[in-house]
Amino acid sequence: MSTEALRIVWIYPDLLSTYGDRGNLLILAHRAAARGIPVETYEVRSDQQMPSTADIYLIGGGEDGPQALASQRLITDGGLHRAVNQGASVLAICAGYQLLGHSFFAKGAKCAGLGLLDLSSDRGVTRAVGELRGDVDARLGLPPLTGFENHGGRTHVGAHAAPLARVTAGVGNDGQTEGAWAGKILGTYSHGPALARNPAIADLLLRWSTGADRLAPLDDSWADRLRGERLAAAGAV
Amino acid sequence: MILMVWQLAVTIASGTLAGVTDGKMPLIAKVATSVSKTAAALSRAAGRGDGSVIGGWIGLKIDPDLLAHLSSGRAVALVSGTNGKTTTTRLTAAAVGVLGRVATNSYGANMPTGHTSALAKEGHTPFAVLETDEHYLAQVIDATRPKVVALLNLSRDQLDRAKEVAMMAQLWKTKLAGHPEIRVVANADDPMVVWAASGSPQVTWFSAGQRWHDDSFVCPESGHPIERAQGEWWCTGCPLRRPRPSWVVEDEGVIDPRGDWHLVKLQLPGRVNIGNAATALAVAAEFGVRPIEALPRLSRVTSIAGRYAQVDRDGRNIRLLLAKNPASWLEAFDMADQAPTLLSINARDPDGLDTSWLWDVDFSPLRTRPVLITGDRAYDLAVRLQVNQVPFRHVLSFDEALRSVPPGRLEVIANYTAFQDIRAELDRVN
Ligand SMILES: [Zn+2]
Repeated sequence: MSTEALRIVWIYPDLLSTYGDRGNLLILAHRAAARGIPVETYEVRSDQQMPSTADIYLIGGGEDGPQALASQRLITDGGLHRAVNQGASVLAICAGYQLLGHSFFAKGAKCAGLGLLDLSSDRGVTRAVGELRGDVDARLGLPPLTGFENHGGRTHVGAHAAPLARVTAGVGNDGQTEGAWAGKILGTYSHGPALARNPAIADLLLRWSTGADRLAPLDDSWADRLRGERLAAAGAV
Repeated sequence: MILMVWQLAVTIASGTLAGVTDGKMPLIAKVATSVSKTAAALSRAAGRGDGSVIGGWIGLKIDPDLLAHLSSGRAVALVSGTNGKTTTTRLTAAAVGVLGRVATNSYGANMPTGHTSALAKEGHTPFAVLETDEHYLAQVIDATRPKVVALLNLSRDQLDRAKEVAMMAQLWKTKLAGHPEIRVVANADDPMVVWAASGSPQVTWFSAGQRWHDDSFVCPESGHPIERAQGEWWCTGCPLRRPRPSWVVEDEGVIDPRGDWHLVKLQLPGRVNIGNAATALAVAAEFGVRPIEALPRLSRVTSIAGRYAQVDRDGRNIRLLLAKNPASWLEAFDMADQAPTLLSINARDPDGLDTSWLWDVDFSPLRTRPVLITGDRAYDLAVRLQVNQVPFRHVLSFDEALRSVPPGRLEVIANYTAFQDIRAELDRVN
């Protein structure tokens, strides 16, 4: 790392970008810069080649059609696979999370995913909309997850990945678990700017990609108040 | 409440039927119109809002075709789009008023119930200018048979309820293509709007700018990327491109189709509203109104359902701006002065429950202004502003905000229910 800038790629904002997905890019860049880590950010559109040399890849939510198209293009392109093999970190949200698995459903058809996480997704009977809360896998050493979910999918996590959290409010993968992780890849149904409410996940990605054991603490008093409010709201619903 | 109004309304309607409705209307429509007006009046008298929805709701229950009956015999203009429709409707009604009386839904009640109330309340008028919710445009076209439809813009609004932007444009396109008699007045700067209007034989294009591009990166026709440069835009994969507009905003004025420039003097702030005025002039021109006749009327419009209203309180001059989605936040920053600014955010049902959109707005224009924040979801906004490097102070109430700023202008920018809360604190200013 040392002198080279930390490179963050936002994958296909032209296809996978619902409200606020840009927030995760802004938050990572902000928290890196606040630690004196130089940052370069890239928005790679679906008609461009996916670079394989960045440090963190972000992939957001979207509608069925763009989700299926994004998956096809990423499989054909191969850049993201190469990046992961070289040790890059990935944060995937909602539709982006589903397409990292083996398969998902879009517009009623089963679609091939990238197979970067051992999971598969199908359709739930009802749409999950509302506050989401969970206790994060203890091995990650993170405080509880809080998010807003808005998805119709249900996800089944296989033996080679672990759920990100055990659900204490909301639906997540299936009402029991939420999200998944393996190596330096992390996926969640907390939609949009998930890192706004979970700065500890942002710092986890930064530690993974810089190799630092710990990062200088930042003033997270507003994020802490937001977390307190939303964790309580999820419990109340 | 509704049932009570209904019973009272039916009782009273029987005595007030004569003289309030058009002689050609079917009896059921006459009864419905009368009941609708009475219910609206009762609702106002009972202190339940301005009555602009309930009257129409009851009228349509009695006669589902009431809106069509009330529209017949009037020259109707519909104004639709994600942003600016309330203001543009008010300006258009003022401009068309050159020709005669205009019925309009001036409280932003922009669905068929609101249209029905507005038309019933005004009695027979030769003209009607109706703000129309974008989701209801197709239905309201069928009911009102408009002469003119104005299409302002399409962008994301309330993610957890609204249709995709492209899907909305498709619904517009299909409906307008089936009504070649309608004169369409459409924004040349918004690719989604241009595509929606592209099936119509009679389109007048205006240029009012597009600040928000995130929902039109991809061509709705071909799926290829859309490029932009020097005010033009074009699809990289098909012939869709910006048409040449005949009405154009330039400096503090508007150029008309003959090439004449007119100074636009408004009491409403910002370049956005000059764009809205250009749209109003273009719609009014379809009815035969010349800009030179309309402009004095536009300059007399002050506030619109509390928007842009200025209230003096404790030596502070408070101005209210409504911003309900990312595009309209950018417009509000443009309209607001370099003065202390209060931002208020809620996430109740009418706002959408999700605050993610805050991350699509670039708040950096506020870095040079003292910023206060409040509302149910102030903490979401606080985290956003921190990352955006906008200094701010959190206040717990509107009163605390007032006490925190020096005498002089206080700009207030709020989303829907937060705006209504503050408006209520200021005694429902209009
Ligand atoms: Zn195209």
